[in-house]
Amino acid sequence: MPALIALLPFAGALLLALLPNERRRLSAWLAGVFPLAGLVLSLLSAPSILAGDVLRWSVDWVPALGLDFGFRMDGLAWLFALLILGIGALVVLYAAYYLHHDDPPARFFQFLLLFMGAMLGVVLADNLVLLVVFWEATSLSSFLLIGYWKDRKEAREGARMALAITGAGGLALLGGVLLIGHIVGSVKLDAVLAAGATIRAHPLYVPALVLVLLGAFTKSAQFPFHFWLPHAMAAPTPVSAYLHSATMVKAGVFLLARLYPALGASDAWFWIVAPTGLATLLLGAYFAIFKHDLKGLLAYSTISHLGLITLLFGLDSPLAVVAGVFHILNHATFKASLFMAAGIIDHETGSRDMRKLNGLWKYMPWTALLAIVASAAMAGVPLLNGFLSKEMFFAEALESDAHPLMAWLLPVGATLAGVFSVAYSTRFIHDVFFNGEPVGLPKTPHEPPRFMRVPVEVLALVCLAVGIAPGLTVGPILAAGARAALGAPLPAYSLAVWHGFNTPLVMSLIALAGGVALYFGLQRLINLHLIVQVPRGGREAFTFVLARTVKAARDLTLGLQNGSLQRYLMLLVAMALTAGLLPFLLDATFHMTPGPSTPPSLAFALLWFVGIAAALATLVEFRRRLLAITVLGAVGLVVALVFVYLSAPDLALTQLLVEVATVILMMLALNWLPQESAPERSAARRTLHAILACAAGLGATAVVWLVLAQPFDPISPYFLQTAVPMGGGANAVNVIIVDYRGFDTLGEITVLGIAALIIAALLDGRRPPAMQGTRLPAPTERNAHPLMLKLVTRLLLPLAVLVAMHLFLRGHNLPGGGFIAGLVLAIAMVLLSLAHGERWVNERLRTDFRRWIAAGLLIAALTGVGSGLLGHPFLTSSYDYPVLPLVGAVPLASASLFDLGVFLTVVGGTMVMLTAIGRLQPAAGPGATRWN
Amino acid sequence: MELMVAIFVGVLTGTGIYLMLRARTFDLVLGLTLLSYAVNLLIFVMGRLTVGRPPILDGGQMPALANYADPLPQALVLTAIVISFAMTALLLVIALVARAETDSDHVDGEEPQAQRRRP
Amino acid sequence: MNSPHWIVVPVVLPLIAGAACLLLERRAASIARFLSIGTTFVLLGVALHLAGVAASGEVHPYLLGNWRAPFGIALALDRLAALMLVLTAVVAIASVLYARGGGARGAHDAQGLHYHALFQFQLMGLNGAFLTADLFNLFVFFEVLLIASYGLLLHGGGAARVRAAIHYVGFNLAGSALFLVAVALLYGITGTLNMADLSQRVAALGPDQAALVRAAALLLIVVFGVKAALLPLYFWLPDTYRAASAPVAALFAIMTKVGVYCVARVTTLIFGDDAGVATDVADPWLPWLAIGTLALAALGTLAAVRLRTLVSYLVIASAGTLLLAIGLGSAATLSAALFYLVNSTLVAAALFLLVDSIASGRGEADDAMIPAPLAYRAAYGVLFFVFALEAAGLPPMGGFIGKALLLRATTDLPLMAATWAALLLSGLGMMIAVARAGSTVFWKAADANRAQAAAARPARVERLAIGWLTVAMLLVVLNAGPMTQYAESTAAQLLDRRAYVGAVLGAQPVPPAWTPREGMKKP
Repeated sequence: MPALIALLPFAGALLLALLPNERRRLSAWLAGVFPLAGLVLSLLSAPSILAGDVLRWSVDWVPALGLDFGFRMDGLAWLFALLILGIGALVVLYAAYYLHHDDPPARFFQFLLLFMGAMLGVVLADNLVLLVVFWEATSLSSFLLIGYWKDRKEAREGARMALAITGAGGLALLGGVLLIGHIVGSVKLDAVLAAGATIRAHPLYVPALVLVLLGAFTKSAQFPFHFWLPHAMAAPTPVSAYLHSATMVKAGVFLLARLYPALGASDAWFWIVAPTGLATLLLGAYFAIFKHDLKGLLAYSTISHLGLITLLFGLDSPLAVVAGVFHILNHATFKASLFMAAGIIDHETGSRDMRKLNGLWKYMPWTALLAIVASAAMAGVPLLNGFLSKEMFFAEALESDAHPLMAWLLPVGATLAGVFSVAYSTRFIHDVFFNGEPVGLPKTPHEPPRFMRVPVEVLALVCLAVGIAPGLTVGPILAAGARAALGAPLPAYSLAVWHGFNTPLVMSLIALAGGVALYFGLQRLINLHLIVQVPRGGREAFTFVLARTVKAARDLTLGLQNGSLQRYLMLLVAMALTAGLLPFLLDATFHMTPGPSTPPSLAFALLWFVGIAAALATLVEFRRRLLAITVLGAVGLVVALVFVYLSAPDLALTQLLVEVATVILMMLALNWLPQESAPERSAARRTLHAILACAAGLGATAVVWLVLAQPFDPISPYFLQTAVPMGGGANAVNVIIVDYRGFDTLGEITVLGIAALIIAALLDGRRPPAMQGTRLPAPTERNAHPLMLKLVTRLLLPLAVLVAMHLFLRGHNLPGGGFIAGLVLAIAMVLLSLAHGERWVNERLRTDFRRWIAAGLLIAALTGVGSGLLGHPFLTSSYDYPVLPLVGAVPLASASLFDLGVFLTVVGGTMVMLTAIGRLQPAAGPGATRWN
Repeated sequence: MELMVAIFVGVLTGTGIYLMLRARTFDLVLGLTLLSYAVNLLIFVMGRLTVGRPPILDGGQMPALANYADPLPQALVLTAIVISFAMTALLLVIALVARAETDSDHVDGEEPQAQRRRP
Repeated sequence: MNSPHWIVVPVVLPLIAGAACLLLERRAASIARFLSIGTTFVLLGVALHLAGVAASGEVHPYLLGNWRAPFGIALALDRLAALMLVLTAVVAIASVLYARGGGARGAHDAQGLHYHALFQFQLMGLNGAFLTADLFNLFVFFEVLLIASYGLLLHGGGAARVRAAIHYVGFNLAGSALFLVAVALLYGITGTLNMADLSQRVAALGPDQAALVRAAALLLIVVFGVKAALLPLYFWLPDTYRAASAPVAALFAIMTKVGVYCVARVTTLIFGDDAGVATDVADPWLPWLAIGTLALAALGTLAAVRLRTLVSYLVIASAGTLLLAIGLGSAATLSAALFYLVNSTLVAAALFLLVDSIASGRGEADDAMIPAPLAYRAAYGVLFFVFALEAAGLPPMGGFIGKALLLRATTDLPLMAATWAALLLSGLGMMIAVARAGSTVFWKAADANRAQAAAARPARVERLAIGWLTVAMLLVVLNAGPMTQYAESTAAQLLDRRAYVGAVLGAQPVPPAWTPREGMKKP
């Protein structure tokens, strides 16, 4: 049952979402049906609720979070459900007439139903996390509704502000709820409500309380978070009537009522809640007097009444709670009707400014009557519902004995607030309906359409009925609600109009008399109409803070992230240094242990010296790029020789070939880049970089030296032992790359292939501008191919093919293999194309080397798959040594097939890269010559 | 000799990083290339230093680290060399294209005094 | 169906498909495209199957080349790996579908060469990185996925992309160098590369090697931090992601998660709670950097003046949240992280696609946060708010659940106060930023006239792709219960490093079906 009630509106919203915006009546009808259905359902469950039992329904959702999708309807929830659905239905009816014909109705009602569902969810949720979910949903839907007239600046601003404040509160609430869950061990409402003592005893009680109250106060517009509410009045009036007076802003006080058994009854509670309520009560009432805008006045009065309710819950006595719940009901009825009346007036006169609206009694007596009744209720005039709850409030204000200060502060404050509220109510009545003639209204006022008034009539009737015969009308509902809120048997109280001549009555009389006097006095002394409201307070503070935050965020972001790669890389280096250094600094026991030291031979020393010299030369000469490339080549050469010396022939070969390829690449690229790198201005930055670089160098040295000093027991002996018997190759390195770690190689050639593809794609049909002062001849320049070179290279190609084949075949047993062979062939072909012009080569071997890449990758991959067919894992190799005529025994491992894939990919990749760059033609332009 | 190798690695690293931190694309490439030498050497020597005993198994000696250099780091370096070659080539070409597109060889694709982009 | 070989399929299939695309591309572009899309769907199927296998709870090793670990390269399929595979496939499908769209400028995948080949290679790299149990092999797959991502980023060309590419490539090359250093050091200290073996050998190290191995560990985590967008290493990200074309950016949403995945993997498997001298090496500082990341990312969303930038910062914020949860390192925070990871990835991808669709409907204004006529405002608006608010961690979508789980998981940790402040405040900041952006783009804007609307009609594939991700997110929210359970058991499995070690090192090679070893005796 409760789930049904909560979910119906969502269904409605969904239905409306499918509706085209033009269907006014239909969407209004649909929107009306759902709350009515819900209302009927809740009334059906009245008997059991009044009998005091609790309806539940739930399904698991996120057990880990204690979050089940469950609903729970007790008296309090039921009372709120009635409120939400009843007023909701009326608001829909009202809005059907209120909306202008070019306002899309379907969207409006859709949002409205969304909100209704969310609000019902808040009151019916059976665990606190779910409550928070719906809580935030109300914030969002209110955001959408306030921004409904999206073309108005104030609407957008109001919406954003409301979302920021209430959303923030929601986040705080989430925190509080999770803390409560942590304390209680469950977020189920039943558990939490039962665990009041545990919670109050827990050290985390106060943090939890504060977080929850932040949620409640922001939502219920309590001081100092009240300022969002008046700006939310930019919403269409039905929304103001529904969300921002009757229901959503009540969510905060609902939470106070809901969690009262769990969090209430403590000093912290009293000293936070009561003063906040009192302050809000007084400030709201005071500001209301000076508003010229009807809705402005109502907004501040709403704030003040919410303060009143908060104060009641803060007073922390059972009777006060009853009064609080009672006033929630009463305020909802009279304030909603007042807003609707205001809306009617706005609708029919085109203005909400009380300086223009005067003497409307003549034009719309019926509406006037209703409005007067409602505002009398707001003022707390006897025989109206407002009077009753206000009496209770005065009584409670007198009762409080928490603190001598409060003992007199409360009654005085209460009376004063009463005076103010009477004053602004009087102003509302007098200014709008009497006080002479209207001034300069856009249109001549008249009564609204019949049915637009019905909702107001109903609500005004309720005010009267409750005010005259409370016991008969609201008694049982209130009892049920209050009992649930208290979580304890009800205190004795009587809902009578007449309690005899007692202090509260006196206070009421003072309030009435004083209020009327105050209003007219003010009118006499300082004409209220002349007071100009200077915008100040919350809103300004909010916008100011937000603007500053955004500005700060922007400066910070741009400051940190200034789009300079140099800085980013510097940070990376710095991070790496820190990461590498910290452990050594933090490790007290750390000490350098000199490791084994192999005596260097003269050859090595020489090599070492040359290498370092070359490296430093690169550093010094890097700006003269041709030179830099040459020296860099020297470094690479030294590295290769070091590999040879330290018994790594495969590496040496590879390094050498890659070196050649790299140098050729750089040479080619340099045709299209400046020959000199422009000097950098900032010397400071260069120094910083130099320091970082030195630190990194030292770090690398230290770390290498340290590691070499450590004992070492690697897995490698296994490779030495099994390479021949199980891998079928004597060259352990080659066996590793094609067999043990063939998967790496597969990835590696993929990388090479991809690089080639990207390069081809990047340079495809590109004609970059030639550099000024290019020293290198463009590679395709005819006279760049001296005869000798041509002859040599022509001989070179077949030779290279032979060498490549040889390297490939022996690779498994001696230095070599597919990769090295591939590079040899590729480089030979590149030299050829350098010598003869790339076109000459293309004419002879007509092939798109990208296909070679694809083929190579496929062969490599499929070789691997092949082993799968034999039931072996991917890339399992098998081999044999077939004896070929003449050649003799040839190692033929399936690994060699894999190696063939490597070979093809390497040839293809390298060729694609080099030819793509070599093929570049300079675009026409200054200093550029078009070749052939 | 260990120390000498360590120093060599250090020098390559330092020079590489300094060039990597320069403001021009080509210098960045130079720097990264030097850095890759340093890294390759580093990986290689992690298998400790062995002179004149390449891991090419002849039936003769016992297949143990006493008689052969550690083959695993060598295999890793092979992979690393290839990958860094591919990357270098790619970065070079990107640099080249960047100059054609932005008419500047600055790593930020615009000359320093130019206005910075907003986030 | 229960063949062990399924484990290697997510790596090999895209490789073959990519190569095939390459061959077909010139002659039959449409076939290549179809092949690519089909493969991606097949990958999802395989991933789901593997997830089913992994759900059994034990770690499933796969010995490549039939070589025993730690000597050969081993793959290992556990719950986490399976989860990442599925997630990748789901995002990839959206991306590859969307690549057909692209509005006026023509289909994304037709704006340059080799799109689908690169796309498949990208998937190969991602899946490989998630599956491998070998540290150096992880490096190789990082390179594969990175270089493919370079290609995809540059796809379509243009000055902006090339600019971004220099930063992205340059920065990541430096990162890769660092990666190699870290791996090499670990090998130099422990003499092994297999992660399971590392886990054992690191734990067995003596005090003399303590500082060294911790340094190596931190270097490794810094490297992953580069990918995972950890402060101060994420600065390259917003420009890169903004420059990339929408389907690529959507795919990149998974790329930051690779870094996160690796951090989670090594900080549990190798440098976890009982790793001897390297125990919890990252714990003292990872959470703080993550909190910093989260804070700055939230500020970034406030600072953003373009929707794509906004989304990029949302991605960074989610990465920060994840790293925070992982850095805290308890079972509860880990499982919260895993749940949050799924959602944040999906929503980030969806947002990149959606924003692109919106931008192409706004003509000159593109994705700038200025009022401009916009077609399909209502539909876009709703989706944008839902997605963006989810990314900011507001109810009712999964982002909220993830954050709530994390908040809850930290209630009794020493860092609770800082964590809560960071999560709640950053959430607030992002919410405000999203509201500002949305109200400017969708409310201030007038509806576009018919002509514009017609021109900007999102292609069917675009709507399809976005819808696909939306459905995925809804499924996550509706099945939040099972999802959290899966996350919990995954976290438990991660923290039980011995099971992983035992499974990988204990795996036995397949006995040869026929014995080639006969050929051993040379003639």
